[in-house]
Parts: sequence; structure tokens; C-alpha cells
Amino acid sequence: MTLLAVDWLLIIEKLVLIAIIVFASLGIALYTTFAERKVAAVLQDRPGPNRAGPFGLLQPFADGLKLIMKEEIIPTSSNKALFVLGPGLAMTAALMTCSVIPWSSHIEIFDRKIDLQIADINIGILYIFGVVSMGVYGMMIGGWASNNKFSLMAALRGASQAISYELAMGLSLIAVLMLSGSLSLKTIVDGQMAAGSYWNIVYQPLGFIIFFVCALAECNRTPFDLPEAENELNFGYHQEYSSMKLGFYLFSEYINMIMSSAVMASLYFGGFDVPFLDESTLAPNIAAIIGVAALLTKIAIFIFVFMWIRWTVPRFRYDQLMNLGWKTMIPLALFNMLVTGALILLKAGV
Amino acid sequence: MSITQFLFYFLTVLALFSAVMVVVSKNPVHSVLWLIAVFFAISGHYILLNAQFLAIVNLIVYAGAIMVLFLFVIMLMNLNASTEPQKNNWLKLAGVIAGGCFLMVLVSLVKQANELNNIAVTMGTGEIGLIKNLGKALFNDFVVPFEISSVLFLSAMVGAVVIGKKA
Amino acid sequence: MQALTNRAQEVSRKPMTFMERLYIPSILKGMAITFSHIFKKQPTIRYPEQKREFSPVFRGLHVLNRDEEGRERCTACGLCAVACPAEAITMEAAEREVGQENLYREEKYAAKYEINMLRCIFCGLCEEACPKDAIYLSETFAPANFTRTGFIYGKDHLLIPNPVTEPEAYAAAKGQRN
Repeated sequence: MTLLAVDWLLIIEKLVLIAIIVFASLGIALYTTFAERKVAAVLQDRPGPNRAGPFGLLQPFADGLKLIMKEEIIPTSSNKALFVLGPGLAMTAALMTCSVIPWSSHIEIFDRKIDLQIADINIGILYIFGVVSMGVYGMMIGGWASNNKFSLMAALRGASQAISYELAMGLSLIAVLMLSGSLSLKTIVDGQMAAGSYWNIVYQPLGFIIFFVCALAECNRTPFDLPEAENELNFGYHQEYSSMKLGFYLFSEYINMIMSSAVMASLYFGGFDVPFLDESTLAPNIAAIIGVAALLTKIAIFIFVFMWIRWTVPRFRYDQLMNLGWKTMIPLALFNMLVTGALILLKAGV
Repeated sequence: MSITQFLFYFLTVLALFSAVMVVVSKNPVHSVLWLIAVFFAISGHYILLNAQFLAIVNLIVYAGAIMVLFLFVIMLMNLNASTEPQKNNWLKLAGVIAGGCFLMVLVSLVKQANELNNIAVTMGTGEIGLIKNLGKALFNDFVVPFEISSVLFLSAMVGAVVIGKKA
Repeated sequence: MQALTNRAQEVSRKPMTFMERLYIPSILKGMAITFSHIFKKQPTIRYPEQKREFSPVFRGLHVLNRDEEGRERCTACGLCAVACPAEAITMEAAEREVGQENLYREEKYAAKYEINMLRCIFCGLCEEACPKDAIYLSETFAPANFTRTGFIYGKDHLLIPNPVTEPEAYAAAKGQRN
């Protein structure tokens, strides 16, 4: 029995948690596509999809079915293995982020304390960065393997955009890390939940704005959706894709959106914290459920703002995008970092 | 066989296989992708050694940024197996001799280093790879080399900007 | 140059101020505008259930009319075909036989009456030309079809239902016109 001597119960617990979170994110992403269409509609004085089921609620399933039923086309001159690998990589990278997000505190079942976080690693934020930087490969490999000029151009654009904005994102994060003194998302959230402390947004408004703009750029959302700029690149890096492979690319964008909303909520808006409510007085299970609901509400609000921006602001030109990233965002983030560091030192009384 | 050993062998095989594939692949894009797989396997080794910070920084910096730039260059130059220049046989022979010499040096180094034979690598127990200890070591014990290397990076950046301005 | 309307604005070429270069105020303004549209009334008409009312002067598909006793009014005089600018109407006349008085009002009738709906421009000149009030343009439009021949409407398509035997269908086909 010494073979693979591990806590099997822990592994089962984590596997169940992973399954729940992954399927929940897929389900939420499914309905985010629906929400996108509905939000676009109400912002443009239209009713939006309302035919499939009551209020059109079955529309995402109809869309999914349509995508699955479509003919799967692999261009003959493409690199087949990489062509298939691309969407899978994009999806995997999008889903991997969810493992370090603290969805809530812990629940207790049969005297067993189960943390509602897949892995509380002490480098949580860096892990997210690593995964985000992997997400670029899905786009690049897909764009290159399609053997299409437009796809390749879009993939290169997307990758350079992602790399540029990752820098500003990291620099804006350092200020938060200095405040909380930890890289673990759980510790950061706990720090914001503790009595007498405020959410990080109070201390870091500028940092949040920088992070938010960079998150928009990382998710390839308008006004930064240059990798799929229809007017100059036809359909962007997934032009040659059809059927569920295309679906994976589109889906991974929505999952990225959910995950970046969750990260923003955890970093700046107290994660699963409910304002003006002391969770420690409640039974742990109830507190956990309230926490999940609070985090999901915050995620929903962020997603709405993402969509709201998409249907308001037009797309940047590519040089404007690069100027904003390198000449505005990075200096601002550095300034924010310096000011935060100086204030922390002042407060510590050095 | 504990799970750590199992993971160690798995990662080792993955790393070696991917490394061989980097060299063997005809298509340069494939080579780069296999190289990324090597980085992943090495990061796995770092995690086994409890050096999580190193593992993730390895991924962010090498797999996430440098390899993307490599891919950029290769994709834009459109290097295919067909456009690869045909090396003549003398060049191949020279390559084999040089590589063989290097391998011999490495093998003899490992064989001679007695210290290496006596140290058993302790898996999952080391503390130096954690970000806190690493930061303390860098900013207390090695602060001068650390700052000098950062100046080096700065000068590289300035150099890149100067070259970019000239063009 | 004199402006056509008073809404014309001079294009400003002066460099943007700092606040304008921040873009954030104008982005927020734009977002406020889109947000306000959530509460606006939707002009959408949910088509198959709701239909937009036709205007009283709408000119749709042609109808060959009958009189109160259900007899065809058309006498195949050909004035509509002459009036038609698109040359969409063709017809063949025939003499009324004895015993067909309950079918045709006049002594001559249209044995064949065809309108090519692909040529028709729905100008309504045929309606104005008709001395017998036999043709008028209704409140429906031509549905889609798979073939070109499907758009050549014969008497079987055009003739209004008999008001004596099928009064409801007659009323529906007649629509709001008098």
C-alpha cells in the first residue's frame, strides 16, 4: 500500500471541486454568450434573442448545437496537428486560471473542512500570470497553423498585444502585493475581509484602472479586439476554423473574461467578502454559500461592464494601442507602484 | 515508488524526449514548441524541489515571453523544412565532432565530481526556492551582483531603444 | 458657402487639451449614453405575432375582383396591359358561352390572365386604367419562391374568393379597401 501513498480523500475532494468549478465556468460562459447578445440588444434598443425557450433562455444551447453540427474543416495546406492543438491550448489555458481563485471560505461536510479553492499556492498571482502568458500560444499556434496571411497577422498582433499589456498589468499588481504582503490570492482576500480593513480599491484606484484596462486587452475585448479586427483581418486568427474548434476559441474568450473578472474581484473588491457583514458570526456552510454568491455577483457586474464597454467604445488603431500600452500604462503603473511603496514606508515610520 | 519519484521520472522522460525532439524536428516552429515543453518539464522539476517561484518565473519569462518572441521571428521569416539551407557534409562532420567533445567533457565532469555522488537531492523539502527566502537572499547576501545585473538589463534596454531609433 | 442646415458644425483642428487627451471623461459620457438606452422603449415589432400596419395607400399584390354576385368583373379589354410600364401583364380573352352568366359579368372575359411579379413595379397604373374596377392592388406582398416561374401569377392566384360561397375568405382578401 505504499505505492502512491497519498491522502485519497483529499484527491477525490479536489477532483470533485475541479469538476464542479470547470463545469460551472463552462456553464457560466455559455450564458455569458447569451448575456453578451442580450446586453448588446438592450443597449441598442432591441429585444435580443427571445425565440428559443422563455425569454430566449435556451439560445446558448441552440448556438452550441449549431456549432457542433457544423462541418469540421481542416484546410489541406494547414499544419494539422498544430491546427487541432491551438483551440485546445486556448481553452486549457483559459480554464487553468480557475484553480487559484478562492471561490469562498471553507465548507464542512462530515467534520471535514473543505476549502473552496482548488490550490492555495503561495505564488497564486504569479501562477495566473504564467497561465495568461500560455494563453498566447493557443492564438499563435492556431493562427500560424491555419497557413493564412490574415490569421498569422492577427495572431502576431494578438501575441504582441498580450505581451505588452502583461507588463503594465504586472506592475500595477505589485502595488497590491506590497499592500497585502503576499502572493497568495487567499491571503489577499482574507486581508481585505479582516475587520477594520477596506477593499483594496480604496487604496489602489489608479492601480485598479490600469489593471482593468490591461484585463480588457488580455481578454481581447473591445476596444482592444485587434486580433479579430474584421475590417482589416477578415475574421482574425480563427478565420480558418469552423465547428467546435471555432467554438473553443470563442468560448475561451468568455472564460478568460470570467476568470479575469474573478481575479479583479479577488484583488480589488474583497473576493467573496460581503460588505458590512461579519461572516465569522454565521455558520461556516452558510457563510460559504453567501461568499460564493457574493463573488459571482461581483463577477457578473464586471462582465456587464466588459460588455457595456464593448458596445460603447470603438476599436483602437494598432499604433494607438501600442502607444497606450507602452507610453501611458507602464509609466502610470510604475508611478502608482512608487507612490504606494513610499506611502507604505511613511506609514511604517521609517 | 512514491508519487514524487513517479513524477520525477515522468518529468525527466518528458524533458529528455522533448529536448531530443527540439533537435530532431525539421520544422523550426515545431522545435520551438518542443522547447516550450522542455521548459514545462523543468518547471515541474523546480516544483518537486519546492522552488515554486523559480518554476513559475521560468514559465513566465522563458516559455511565456522569450519563446513567443522566438516564434514571432520564425513565423515571420516563414522558415519551412524546404527553405532550410542544405548543409554540406563537412559541416555536419564538424558539428558531430564538436558535439561529441562537449558531451565527453560533460560526462567526465559528472564522473569526477565526487561531491555530486554523495548529495542526495531532497525532494519537496528545500526552502530556498520560496519567494520569501529567495528575496531575502537576493537583497541581503547578493545585493551587489543583483543590482549590477539589473543595470546590465537596463543598458540592454537602452541599447535596443537606440538601435530602434536609428532604424 | 452657406450651410444647408443649422446643424452643421465647423471642424475644430486645435490640439486636444489634457482632459480631452485623457479620454476617460468622453468614454464615461459615451457609456452613460449607452446605459440610458437600456431604459428606452424598443421600437422592435415582434414580427410573426405582431405585424406592422400597412399604410392606407400601400400597393401590394394584385387581386382580380368579383362583383356582389361572385361574377368576375374583368372583361379582358387589355387596358391594364397597355398601361403597365413594366409590361408585366398578359392576357387572353374568350367569349362567354351561354350558361356562364353566373361566372362572368361581361360578354367577354379573360381566359388567361398572368402577372409577372418579378417585372411588376407595383405602381398601380393597372388599377387606375381599369374601367371595370376589376383589378386592384391589395395589402399583401409577394412571398418568396424557389423558381422564377413561381412568380408568374395566373388567375388561380389572383382571383379573389367568391363572396357568395366563401364570404370570410372574400372579406380577408379584400382587406380594408372599398
